[in-house]
Amino acid sequence: MDSYQDTIFKLKRYWADRGAVIQEPYDLEVGAGTMAPETFLRVLGPKPYKVAYVQPSRRPADGRYGENPNRLYKHQQLQVILKPSPDDVLDQYLGSLEAIGINLKKHDIKFEEDNWEAPTLGAWGIGWQVMLDGLEITQFTYFQQCGGMDLDLVPAEITYGLERIVAFLQNVESVYDIEWAPGVKYKDVRLAEEQQFSAYNFEVADVSGLWQEFELHERECHRLLQLFNKTEAKDNFPVLPAYDLALKCSHIFNMLDARGAISVTERVGVIARVRRLAVGVAEAWVQQKFAHEEALA
Amino acid sequence: MPDFLLEIGTEEIPDWMIEPAVENLRTRFKAALCAFAGSAFITEATPRRIVLLAKDLSEQAPDVQTVVPGPYISAGEKAAEGFARKWGATVVELDRIQDTKGERFVFHQLTKGQRIPDALSAKLPEVISEVHFPKSMYWTGKSGVRFIRPIRWILALLENDIVPFEVAGVKSGNTTQGHRILGSKDPVRVTIDTYFEELQRNFVIVRAEERRQRIEASLGSDVRRDADLLRTLVYLTEFPTPIRGAFDRRYLELPEEILSTVMRHHQRYFAVVNLDGSLAPEFVAVTNTDGDPDGLIRQGNERVLRARFNDARFFWNVDQHKPLQARIPDLAKITFHAKLGTYKEKTDRVVALAREVSSETGADQNTVERASLLSKCDLTTEMVKEFTELQGIVGGLYARAQGESKAVATAIYDHYKPLSMEDSIPRTLEGQVLALADKLDTLRECFRIDLIPTGSKDPFALRRAAQGVVKILFEGKLSLNVMPFAEGIPDLAEFIRERIQFYLRNVLEYDVDEVNAVMAAPGTTLHDLANRANAVHHVRRTADFEPLAASFKRIKNILIQAKFEEHRLPEENLLSLGPEQDLFRAFLRVREEAAKDSSYADKLAAIASLRPQVDLFFDKVLVNDPDPDIRHNRLALLQSLLSEFSTIADFSEIVPSSTAA
Repeated sequence: MDSYQDTIFKLKRYWADRGAVIQEPYDLEVGAGTMAPETFLRVLGPKPYKVAYVQPSRRPADGRYGENPNRLYKHQQLQVILKPSPDDVLDQYLGSLEAIGINLKKHDIKFEEDNWEAPTLGAWGIGWQVMLDGLEITQFTYFQQCGGMDLDLVPAEITYGLERIVAFLQNVESVYDIEWAPGVKYKDVRLAEEQQFSAYNFEVADVSGLWQEFELHERECHRLLQLFNKTEAKDNFPVLPAYDLALKCSHIFNMLDARGAISVTERVGVIARVRRLAVGVAEAWVQQKFAHEEALA
Repeated sequence: MPDFLLEIGTEEIPDWMIEPAVENLRTRFKAALCAFAGSAFITEATPRRIVLLAKDLSEQAPDVQTVVPGPYISAGEKAAEGFARKWGATVVELDRIQDTKGERFVFHQLTKGQRIPDALSAKLPEVISEVHFPKSMYWTGKSGVRFIRPIRWILALLENDIVPFEVAGVKSGNTTQGHRILGSKDPVRVTIDTYFEELQRNFVIVRAEERRQRIEASLGSDVRRDADLLRTLVYLTEFPTPIRGAFDRRYLELPEEILSTVMRHHQRYFAVVNLDGSLAPEFVAVTNTDGDPDGLIRQGNERVLRARFNDARFFWNVDQHKPLQARIPDLAKITFHAKLGTYKEKTDRVVALAREVSSETGADQNTVERASLLSKCDLTTEMVKEFTELQGIVGGLYARAQGESKAVATAIYDHYKPLSMEDSIPRTLEGQVLALADKLDTLRECFRIDLIPTGSKDPFALRRAAQGVVKILFEGKLSLNVMPFAEGIPDLAEFIRERIQFYLRNVLEYDVDEVNAVMAAPGTTLHDLANRANAVHHVRRTADFEPLAASFKRIKNILIQAKFEEHRLPEENLLSLGPEQDLFRAFLRVREEAAKDSSYADKLAAIASLRPQVDLFFDKVLVNDPDPDIRHNRLALLQSLLSEFSTIADFSEIVPSSTAA
């Protein structure tokens, strides 16, 4: 039986063999692998790219103090971006399941409609949830828009829910019982984190402090974007730091939400504020990286 | 007479879009190739392929003659010669026609009908790329073809020849693909004759009906039938094989509604029932495989279901820590609509509205009050956050578990009903009152801020809400006139009237004119409206009715033309002997008859009996008498007839069914 880390190694090897850059997780709090710049920014523009990485994804509202066997504040996604999507992309995906020891002839695989949308990113796509014996193991999406822009090279995004898949492979009822490495369980590695962050996110986090932080990052992000517009020499302008600021706002929004601090009327407005940052960064990025190439094309 | 086979191979199409898409392909194909006749157009589909088989197409389309207009004769010989040369003819061979500007040359061009292979190659790319889907995508680039999911192969055979064309970079060919996992890894070469068979060998049952039968055959008599779920599974699989799994009996402590929802909506399992109809601790999953010899698929599905049931049990237990009553303040944290405030505000309005409605309908005030106060509290529960489709139902179940009366629990449980035209209305009067108040509030508030549905856009499902109101009033036979609740809100009364008309016409199936006639009469309860429509529908078939209706129309026109608006009885001494006095006497007789406590049908029959007197009146009496007193008196007689006998229905709306005769 493969350990959790073995399965990750195998998936990375599989996609590395198919030409993907193996990246490390992005070092900021994000809600999904999609938000890491390796997806959000790389899918923009005309340049082909293949990348795979594990992304710990924090969703404060999903925390369950480590008491629910299937729900986590922070779960891990293995994110694959293939841009443009190859014609045999689904076969390649199925091959990756075989590579981690799933004998497809002995199991039931279904692709069920599930279109993905991220309002804070101005992004959406068409796709499926992939069901293995009734268990959702992967979200598969053909991106159509990102940062409010139509994508010309349509990327395929494959997002594996690692804990679920490995719990299935190891035949355990609770993710905490997954064997992470020989002799070491998932709970040994992560339980304390789940307990403490659930408590912090739901009960302790300082709401007014979070609001201040949100506004601070938002202001700085807007300042950068305005500066970008005024700057002639855009080539080395810090657009990437502006994206980090947008990501921070997104995470703080999620925390405020979990804390019950965002009133109903405010919610839509705050989502729009984060979206404005993300869309602004995406536009700046495209301008910085590709304005020149498009002029040539 | 060649046959043509088309298979569009795609990635997995959402199950619910398949049947309409296939129908749309058939329509488009027939329209585009109508010149080639064809004896049958058979369509089939699986999640990965849309198939069309056209039988006995003509080899060639009929020739078409077109008239090419040339120069006028006045333009001279040179022009005529040039035109003739262009069309490979001589001037003598040209025909001449006369138009408004003079005589001109024309050339009759004969276009040979296209050959079928050429026509197919030319038309198919467009036919395929224009198949309509509710949501489509692009994958070859943003200006590329849009389809529901990427097209990966195209099989196009005319007899046994490939019909060459290309869509989204995919060239048509003579191969198909088998089942993703069980079929051959390589493309499978087929002919029209071997197509179905070869695919069957590669674990694809192309015909939906065969897949349906294959599933049904192995369901067993203890499996709860579910036509919608069955259709979903038929289109989620290419080689469906049902398997049976079990779950721990202890989960049966949870309400059946919750267990069924988890199984049906979230896992797409069929429920298994005991002889008494209660849930048994088993389920049937339909796999897209050829079987599960090692039981691995069963174990996997059982594990998933166990986790889901555990979640549900966890939610149930957590939710009981805070009874519905204690959740009322939490409703202030949930938006109903950004401009319309929170669910707390909505609840306050619904409570007031329900009070008003219940006083008119004789519902139990306390029950309605309590139920409406708690009706939205389940929106704050973990259970409804997880299973949103159980809103209301969870509220009802929790209310009962928390010691509310059965009447209150049932009213809450049912208050979103009816969810569709097919769904039933709430079971109890109190449930009906709460459902009415909830829906009327949504309608009133949305219309108040101008969220009015237009065309197919109805994001707040207001049509469904209004139709629900109408259905409850009709079927619950409630003694409530709904129109006063629409007062002061622009467009709402008309919106509700449309739904009433829709119900009378499409559900009760009355004719348009019958519906118009009863709706033109003064408003009452909908139950009464239905009774009146029923009476009109039956009495109109009697001999006197429609002619009388025609006379009423005439009366109405006469009164309009004369601008006569007095409402009084005619003066008897001014009535002339004969037909006029006879009509007045008949009027008095029928009025007395109609005032009796009799059925609408009897009243209408009595009114219809006026026909001979009305006919004779119009035959012998001139309304427009030179003497103004007599003229006014006659108009008053007609006005009395019209107003007295138009309370059941406005007969002038009735269109005689035998107009042709």
